[in-house]
Amino acid sequence: MNSSGVRSVARIVARDDGRGGTALPVLESDGPLALRRTRGSGAEARVMLVGAMSGPLGGDHFTVRARVEEGARLSVGSAAATIALPGQAKGEARYDVRLDVADHAELHWTPEQLISAKGSDLHVTTRVDLAPASRLLLREEQVLGRAGEEPGRLTSRLTVRVAERVVLDQELACGPGAPGGWDGPAVLAGHRTVGQLVVVRPEFGADPVTARVLGEGASVVPLAGPAALVTAVAPDALRLRRLLDEALTSLL
Amino acid sequence: MSRAALLVLADGRFPAGGHAHSGGAEAAVKAGRISGAASLADFCRGRLHTAGLVAAGLAAAAALGTDPVALDRAADARTPSPALRLAARKLGRQLLRAARATWPSAELDALGREFPKGAHQPVVLGLAARAAGLGPVDAAYCAAYENVSGPATATVRLLSLDPFDATAVLARLAPEVDRVVDRAVEAARQAVDGGVDALPAASAPLLEIGAEAHAAWPVRLFAS
Repeated sequence: MNSSGVRSVARIVARDDGRGGTALPVLESDGPLALRRTRGSGAEARVMLVGAMSGPLGGDHFTVRARVEEGARLSVGSAAATIALPGQAKGEARYDVRLDVADHAELHWTPEQLISAKGSDLHVTTRVDLAPASRLLLREEQVLGRAGEEPGRLTSRLTVRVAERVVLDQELACGPGAPGGWDGPAVLAGHRTVGQLVVVRPEFGADPVTARVLGEGASVVPLAGPAALVTAVAPDALRLRRLLDEALTSLL
Repeated sequence: MSRAALLVLADGRFPAGGHAHSGGAEAAVKAGRISGAASLADFCRGRLHTAGLVAAGLAAAAALGTDPVALDRAADARTPSPALRLAARKLGRQLLRAARATWPSAELDALGREFPKGAHQPVVLGLAARAAGLGPVDAAYCAAYENVSGPATATVRLLSLDPFDATAVLARLAPEVDRVVDRAVEAARQAVDGGVDALPAASAPLLEIGAEAHAAWPVRLFAS
């Protein structure tokens, strides 16, 4: 039995092709992380992350790196939800996402949900570095357990830097073994899905969004920088997506 | 270090304005998520391991002499709710006034000049501890404990909860406060060399959402 798990690093580089479109000089799949270019729209290149096998399992370490160079536009989605599962290998699984966006470039990073299945133990880190004149739409959705199932352990840290200044740094830890109170009235209160949208636009610096709530389960807030954050909790993935979509529409 | 100085700083009667804030308890009571001693305990436990851990890390780092401007930015990044950022700065300004009168120090004076509208309260707390001759562990204990004592006291008023029950909630959380302080101080020591990104960033979605809902109420008993 291989106790070290799978190491896998996928890479994307998006570059202005000089003809009003975006080229992908680097599109490197690796093992379970398969990348496919799909039909984009306008100047944008579109990439789908296709899970070539299930995972991440315990002991696996996946990394996805994407760099959007000056003037390029990239949109990345996934073909299906990612499911964290318990593995044969010992220890937690890791999933690291590293995103860099240059000036006058735009990245949409909107994968499907991350589902934390019973018995899994996954540590996710997402780090975005943005140049001052870049744009970002990033969506993260976490589903705690498959239908009717108790969740695994999930720790997820999201860090967003604009012009080298951290505008958002948040970690959510939940599931068995997480610090106490994660399912209680201060944190999730029994909700089984939680999601965030981060929208970064240079114009938010001078004209920030107005803070507001959408029902009892979501808020839209201006961060301390040219960025807005939507935070939402919901009983299930469908209602979570509706909340996030509604919030996004209100930001457009 | 004087242990009595720690009691002065941690005393709920220290005139720093904390009594006007419920730490999210008022919003949680209104939403029906706190309805008695058991749910108060669960609320406080969740707050302790999220906002409490973050505050304790910032306070410990400030007490160790980490640059307060970098810490204040780290606090901003860990506090997405503008209502909570505003409350933290108001509390920071009030604490700074009280601390400067109590333990005059050049560092506290400089902090006041750097942040005329107030720095995040845990950063001020750490520097106040330093001015009082206390260390990072003391600062982290003050921050972690007041993160749960605030909501507990507020809930006594909001729900007419028996004060004995509220105090019992705090007493039973004591071992977890110890663990949070250990984690916070360890991270603060890493931040001395590794930078403020090493500080805890634990978040509580419903505290953030609830704070924005609460800030929009026309009438409320507590400021946050």
